Amino acid sequence: MVYFILKRMLQSVFVMMAVAFLAFSLFRFVGDPITQMTGVETSVEDQERLREELGLNDPFIYQFLRFTGDMLKGDFGFSYRTRQPVADMIASRIPATFELGVVALMISLLVGVPAGVYTALKPRGVLTQTILMTTLVGVSIPTFVIGIMLIFIFGVQLGWLPTFGRGGTFKIGAWESSLFTIDGWRALLLPAITLGVYQLTLTMRLVRAEMMEVMRSDYIRFAMARGVPMRSLHYKHALANTMVPVITIIGLQFGGVIAFSIVTESVFQWPGMGLLFLESIRFVDIPVMGVYLVVIAFFFVLVNLIVDLLYVAIDPRLRIRDV
Amino acid sequence: MIAFVKKNEGFWLFVHSPAAMVAAIFAVIILLGAVFAPWIALVNPYDLASFSLFDGLLPPVWLDGANPKYLLGTDDQGRDMISSILYGARLSLVIGLSALTIAAVLGVGLGLAAGYYGGRFDAIVMRIADVQLALPAILTALLIDGIARGILPAAIQQDLRVAVLTLAIALSLWVNFARTARASTFMHMNKEYVQAAIMMGQHPLRVMFVHILPNILGPLLVIMTVDLASAILLEATLSFLGIGLPADSPSLGTLIRIGMQFLLSGEWWILWIPTMFLVVLVVSINILGDFLRDLFNPRLR
Repeated sequence: MVYFILKRMLQSVFVMMAVAFLAFSLFRFVGDPITQMTGVETSVEDQERLREELGLNDPFIYQFLRFTGDMLKGDFGFSYRTRQPVADMIASRIPATFELGVVALMISLLVGVPAGVYTALKPRGVLTQTILMTTLVGVSIPTFVIGIMLIFIFGVQLGWLPTFGRGGTFKIGAWESSLFTIDGWRALLLPAITLGVYQLTLTMRLVRAEMMEVMRSDYIRFAMARGVPMRSLHYKHALANTMVPVITIIGLQFGGVIAFSIVTESVFQWPGMGLLFLESIRFVDIPVMGVYLVVIAFFFVLVNLIVDLLYVAIDPRLRIRDV
Repeated sequence: MIAFVKKNEGFWLFVHSPAAMVAAIFAVIILLGAVFAPWIALVNPYDLASFSLFDGLLPPVWLDGANPKYLLGTDDQGRDMISSILYGARLSLVIGLSALTIAAVLGVGLGLAAGYYGGRFDAIVMRIADVQLALPAILTALLIDGIARGILPAAIQQDLRVAVLTLAIALSLWVNFARTARASTFMHMNKEYVQAAIMMGQHPLRVMFVHILPNILGPLLVIMTVDLASAILLEATLSFLGIGLPADSPSLGTLIRIGMQFLLSGEWWILWIPTMFLVVLVVSINILGDFLRDLFNPRLR
């Protein structure tokens, strides 16, 4: 068990090193940092001096180690575009994306899991067929179209909800939250639904497949034969055993939520990390792109690590195997 | 013989599946419209001389104030909506299909080789695939696009937009092909016909492409349809984000982005008609993909 955890952590460190290397290569080889930092009137000698001072003539591996060391210390360099520290720029955008992602995941799970269970238990029902047809159309509609549709219906036609920005935020320390004001929730609702819809269809389909698989298994048939009440059979025996895949789903969906939050944030002008990343691509702001990559990979690795550890907590079989 | 029976059975299932039929009809109509766009479109949306500002913002023909010449209305520049959509679909399909072809050739080639040789080569390819699978396709595509912006000189960037976009989409989609091809190749490696071919001393390339490939085409075909939908969606999303194609050569995604400016005003058709078109196209392809998957996986029937 300890061995398992250690092994997973080591793997995570390797993944992070690989991503850091990618970010560094981006920074070092895509465009010349010196031309980005200096203007046209800087003389060639000055440019060379700056290059030497910044250590850009050092061996590649030195530079990479220094880059990694700086990152570990929390020094992420400066943006080419705004000349501000990248760390501050990203940090100020984290709360917006985090809250959007969490609420979207909640929507996806709170609707997707019950819908998946229902459609698995009543596979021939009219409602099941309707839901399945709707999800097929749902996965085919691009995220940005769902966003535009919601803006059009609830923002423009009905005028119920705001269509861009975060609305009123409430500051807890440095964390700007929109979860504590009605205004904030109103602004959050449409983007979160947009982001949640696609994930919801995935959750539902996976839970449904898993549930149907479990319902066919021997121990469920045996429990049925023994006369265990259907209700307890469905929700206690069967559902409990679909929980492992559900946790995997959350882990997998995290990546989707992050990626599609770029699109959602663009549609709703939601001031999160995704919008920042888009701006940095448009202006070839390499330091911001690189750091975004590292930060996303870090969350990714962290979530996957937690998911793996949760497996061990949920599934007793895994605990015995690795002792 | 088996292929023959399967083909007929597939045809039978196809004629008896209304959803697949309707989807196929839509897909064929859109495909024909895109291919023959230069001959059937009223105006050429790339040619400023072929349309006039005086025809701007005309509604579709069933609304008041429409000009019957423009069945689905015009945009603010006076471009006929149908023409824009046909040319847009043409560009979207060209990019989607070329990206898909590159992804398929790259992915199937690597997958076949990984399954055939196994060992270290297989391990390296699969690790790369794992890492890339961890990154969602849209993030990969955005990143490749961003890198291309940094590397390419500004002068040729505009001309290379389509190529960069195609490559970005292709490189984010090859993994599915590689994994499927590898898994299927593994299954076939132990079969007698492959062993016999190897024993006869045939060249590995010949074994891979002449013997194994035809036998693993089924699952690959399914991935092709599903990924065609993904490729079109990716292109639309990137263009919508303003990262893909510039506004003077609009694909479906660009048309929707332009249409967004009219979200708050009354000219809904400029936004909703291209959007509807994109959704119908992708839904059709996905339904066909579902149909093919069921066809090649008889267990699900």
